[in-house]
Amino acid sequence: MTSIDDFFWFALFGGLGVAMTTGPLGCFVVWRRMAYFGDSLAHSALIGVALGLALSIDTTFGVLIACIAVAVAITLLQDQQRLATDTLLGILAHSSLAIGLVAVSFLDNVRIDLMAYLFGDILAINGTDLVWVYGGGTVALAGLAYIWRPLLALSIHADIAHAEGVPVRATRLAFTLLLAIVIAIAMKIVGVLLIVSMLIIPAATARRFAQSPEQMAVLAAISGAIAVGGGLTASLHWNTPSGPSIVTAAFVLFLLANVVGLIFKRV
Amino acid sequence: MPSSQLLVDLTKISIEFDNRKILQAVDLSLNAGEIVTLVGPNGSGKSTLLKILLGLVRPDAGTIWRRQGLTIGYLPQRLTIDPVMPLTVDRLMKLTRASKDIDEVLLEVNAAHLKDTPVARLSGGELQRVLLARALLREPDLLVLDEPTQGVDFTGEIDLYELIARIRDTRGCGVLIVSHDLHLVMSSTDQVICLNHHVCCSGAPEAVQRNPAYLDLFGPRAAQGLAVYTHAHDHDHDMRGDVVATDGHFHSHTH
Repeated sequence: MTSIDDFFWFALFGGLGVAMTTGPLGCFVVWRRMAYFGDSLAHSALIGVALGLALSIDTTFGVLIACIAVAVAITLLQDQQRLATDTLLGILAHSSLAIGLVAVSFLDNVRIDLMAYLFGDILAINGTDLVWVYGGGTVALAGLAYIWRPLLALSIHADIAHAEGVPVRATRLAFTLLLAIVIAIAMKIVGVLLIVSMLIIPAATARRFAQSPEQMAVLAAISGAIAVGGGLTASLHWNTPSGPSIVTAAFVLFLLANVVGLIFKRV
Repeated sequence: MPSSQLLVDLTKISIEFDNRKILQAVDLSLNAGEIVTLVGPNGSGKSTLLKILLGLVRPDAGTIWRRQGLTIGYLPQRLTIDPVMPLTVDRLMKLTRASKDIDEVLLEVNAAHLKDTPVARLSGGELQRVLLARALLREPDLLVLDEPTQGVDFTGEIDLYELIARIRDTRGCGVLIVSHDLHLVMSSTDQVICLNHHVCCSGAPEAVQRNPAYLDLFGPRAAQGLAVYTHAHDHDHDMRGDVVATDGHFHSHTH
C-alpha cells in the first residue's frame, strides 16, 4: 500500500504544480481567444518528444524547443494575409501532430509509450519531472507577473495599448514563450491532446466567480488544483486513465460552477 | 498659424495593401485647441491614416512629424470588451497606470456613477465616455477618435460631440475625429478633411459641404444631411426637395 501512496503523492504534487501554472496563463488564453493557438503549440510537442529521443536529450527540453519553433513560425506566418489565422493554425496543429506521430514511429529502437504522451501519464511522474514542473512553473508565473500589466492592456485592446506605448510585439512574444514552457510541463500530466483543456476549462470556471482579472487567475489555479485532486482520486478508485479523469473533473467543476451561477442569479 | 501650436504634421503619406492604393500623398496637420474632422466613405483610408498618425502602421512613403513628447489619447473604432474579462470601470481606468484623478475625469465625462460597473455591462455611449475619461487621464495633447459614435444612439451622439467640444475648450488639446456623418460634427469642428484615398477637399465645414468634390463623394445622402443642418441654421433654396425628403423620413418613422 505504501508504494501506491508514493506514486499517488508524487502525481498529486506534480499535478498541483501544473494546475497552479496553467490557471493564470489559461486566463490569458481565454481572454485573448488563443485556444486554437494553444492547440497548435501543444500538438507540436510530439515532434519535440521525437527530437529529444533522436538526439538523446531530455524530452521535456525537446518539447520546449519544438513549441518555441512552432510559436515563432505561427507569429511570422500570421503577418501574411492569404490565409485566415484559424486555417493557418488548423494546418499547423494537425500537421505537427501527424509529423510527430510519423517521427516517433521511425524511432523503433526506442521503446516509447505513445499513449503516455498523447494522454499523459501522471502516475509515472518522477523526481526529475517534479523539478521541471516546479522550476518551469516558477519561471512561467514569475514571467507572467512581470508582463501582467502590459499583457492585460494588450488583451483588452491591442491598438490602444500600442498607442499608449506598450511594447506590443515583445509582450506578445514573451507570453508565447511562457505558453511554450507551460505546455512542455503540462504534457506530463494530461498529454499532448488534452493540454489546452487544462488552460481553458479552469479559467472558464473561474470566470463565474471572478470580479477582477487577478481574482480570475487565482480562482483558475484553485479550480485546476481541485480538478487534479478529484481526477486523480477518481482515477485511483475506478482505475480510469489519469489525464482524461483530471480533464473530466475540470469539466464537472465547470458545469457545477455554471449551475451554481445560474441559481444565484435567479435568487 | 503659430508653429509652436503644431502637434502633428503628416506630409505626402502614401500606403498600399496588396497593390491597392489606400492613401496617396495625403497631408494632415493639427494644432493645439483645434478640432479636425476626417470624413470619407467606408474604405477610403480614414482609419489607416489614423493608425499611421498614431504610429501603429508605417506608411510606404511620406513623413510624419510629431511634437516632442506628444501624448495621444486614442479611442478606436468599434471597441467591444469581451464579457469573459472581469473588469470594472475603475479597474479599466487603472489598467496601465495608477492614478488618483479617476473620480475627477469620470465626473468630467458624466460617468462618475459607472465607476464600479462591469465594463461588459456598459452601453455603447457609456463605454465611449469611459474610454474618453481613460484617455483624459493621460492628460493628452491630442485626442484621436475613430468613429466615436458607433453603437451610440442619436441623442447620445449629440451629447458625445458636445462633450468632445467642451473637453477641447477646457483642456485646449487638439482633437482629430473620424466620422462618416459630417452634419453631426460640423457645429463643433474647425476644419474638415474629406478623404477618399487622397484629400478631395478640405477647409471650414460650411465650405466643404458646398464643395462639388464632397457632394460627388457622398451623393444625395450628404445633400440630405446638408439640408437638415442648414434648415436649422439658415435658409437656402436649393434644398426644397430635400425638405420633402426629410418630411418623408419623419413620416416613415411614425409607422
